[in-house]
Amino acid sequence: MQVSMSINGNAVSHDVEPRMLLVHYIREMAELHGTHWGCDTSNCGICVVLMDGNPIKSCTTLAAQAEGHEITTVEGLEKNGVLDPIQQGFHEMHALQCGFCTPGMMVTGRALIDQHPNPTQMTDYEIREAISGGLCRCTGYTNIVKAIRWAAAYEASAATGGN
Amino acid sequence: MAMQTPAPVEYSRATSVDDAIAQMVGLNGEARFLAGGHSLIPMMKLRLANPGHLIDINPLEGELNYIREEGNEICIGAMTRHRNMLESDLLFRHFPIFREAEHVLADPVVRNRGTLGGSMCQADPAEDLSGVVTALKGIAVLRGPNGERRVGMEEFHVGPYMTNVEPTELLVEARFTVKPGGGSAHEKVERRAGDFAIVAASAALWIQGGTIADAGLACSAVGPTTMHIERAEQMLIGQAPSEDLFAQAGSIAAQDCSPSADGRGPVDYKRHVAGVLSKRALSRAAANALR
Repeated sequence: MQVSMSINGNAVSHDVEPRMLLVHYIREMAELHGTHWGCDTSNCGICVVLMDGNPIKSCTTLAAQAEGHEITTVEGLEKNGVLDPIQQGFHEMHALQCGFCTPGMMVTGRALIDQHPNPTQMTDYEIREAISGGLCRCTGYTNIVKAIRWAAAYEASAATGGN
Repeated sequence: MAMQTPAPVEYSRATSVDDAIAQMVGLNGEARFLAGGHSLIPMMKLRLANPGHLIDINPLEGELNYIREEGNEICIGAMTRHRNMLESDLLFRHFPIFREAEHVLADPVVRNRGTLGGSMCQADPAEDLSGVVTALKGIAVLRGPNGERRVGMEEFHVGPYMTNVEPTELLVEARFTVKPGGGSAHEKVERRAGDFAIVAASAALWIQGGTIADAGLACSAVGPTTMHIERAEQMLIGQAPSEDLFAQAGSIAAQDCSPSADGRGPVDYKRHVAGVLSKRALSRAAANALR
């Protein structure tokens, strides 16, 4: 069947089997390998992408279900050669070691900041809960929480011209 | 590398509830409705579910994603996502148990996709929301080719992963009656955040004039279906709420549930936890009923 969606602002369309999972569509059809594929059981959160701005597990979504939707993967964060603040935050706070969970963590963090009414006031608990659908075996999560907080603070400061 | 992929399957999208049912009738009921997919797709990967055809009802969100008040009832559409139930102030005001249960159900990313209808129809005996709906004495509204029928939770669950929903029927809504003096609470013990329960207890009380006018109690993960603890409900009705009374209700829950031993613990442990959680849930339900 023909499946069409927008990935990082680019229209894509491919003829695929209905059983094809979104994670494989992104990696094999759209050839974007930034989205990783992990446990395949919706537990690890490695494959998280944004659908219309909301984080979803792409290993548990059929490509066909993304028809007509806007998908954002980790490749869609950087704009014109400038890292998204969430990516910069992961760099500043050393929020990754092996990097396997990083794409899912970054887009989840991006959505949290975008949807939070007051991102600079996020509690550690709120951040930890938001990323609780993802597993990281390197960082103990501490630096990931710091990185998301760094991005929120950076954006607030940039918005008020205090950058 | 081992890759889990569903078996080949046909796929179509529903354009309305009527269209979904017409498609299902056209396929002689030998298809599955695809809602959030967070139970069905993993089961298809494991080849525990092998539908020949999926009818995707996600396009019906406009028709079936709502939480609204109708007279003295709260109605929740079957395609309402877990996140919507967690965040709904209307639902929280009348039935705080929903927010409590949604907060411990899977994780936020899964809650963006999973739905009320999916949870109820999956009928996993360890799942939280089925216990909540049972404790609140919810009514399932099923629509099929011959119209609509309403089914109480005592008939809805017929076995593990089995419901009263006919192959050509679609669960479209759950309805909950708002009665005076209501309070509710959900208690859960799990191995790690977001996991299925070792045991969960869902309790609802309606207290009027210092007396329990009605009671609902259900336990999850301790039997072949969501366990409706009717004997405890009968015992509670007409009594004045007290910690002793709730401890007695907890003892009944411990006796009347029927857990099996597995990686989450032995039978006597699960019975004990069912008793303790039932007592705690009832006690907190009473506190917020009397608020």
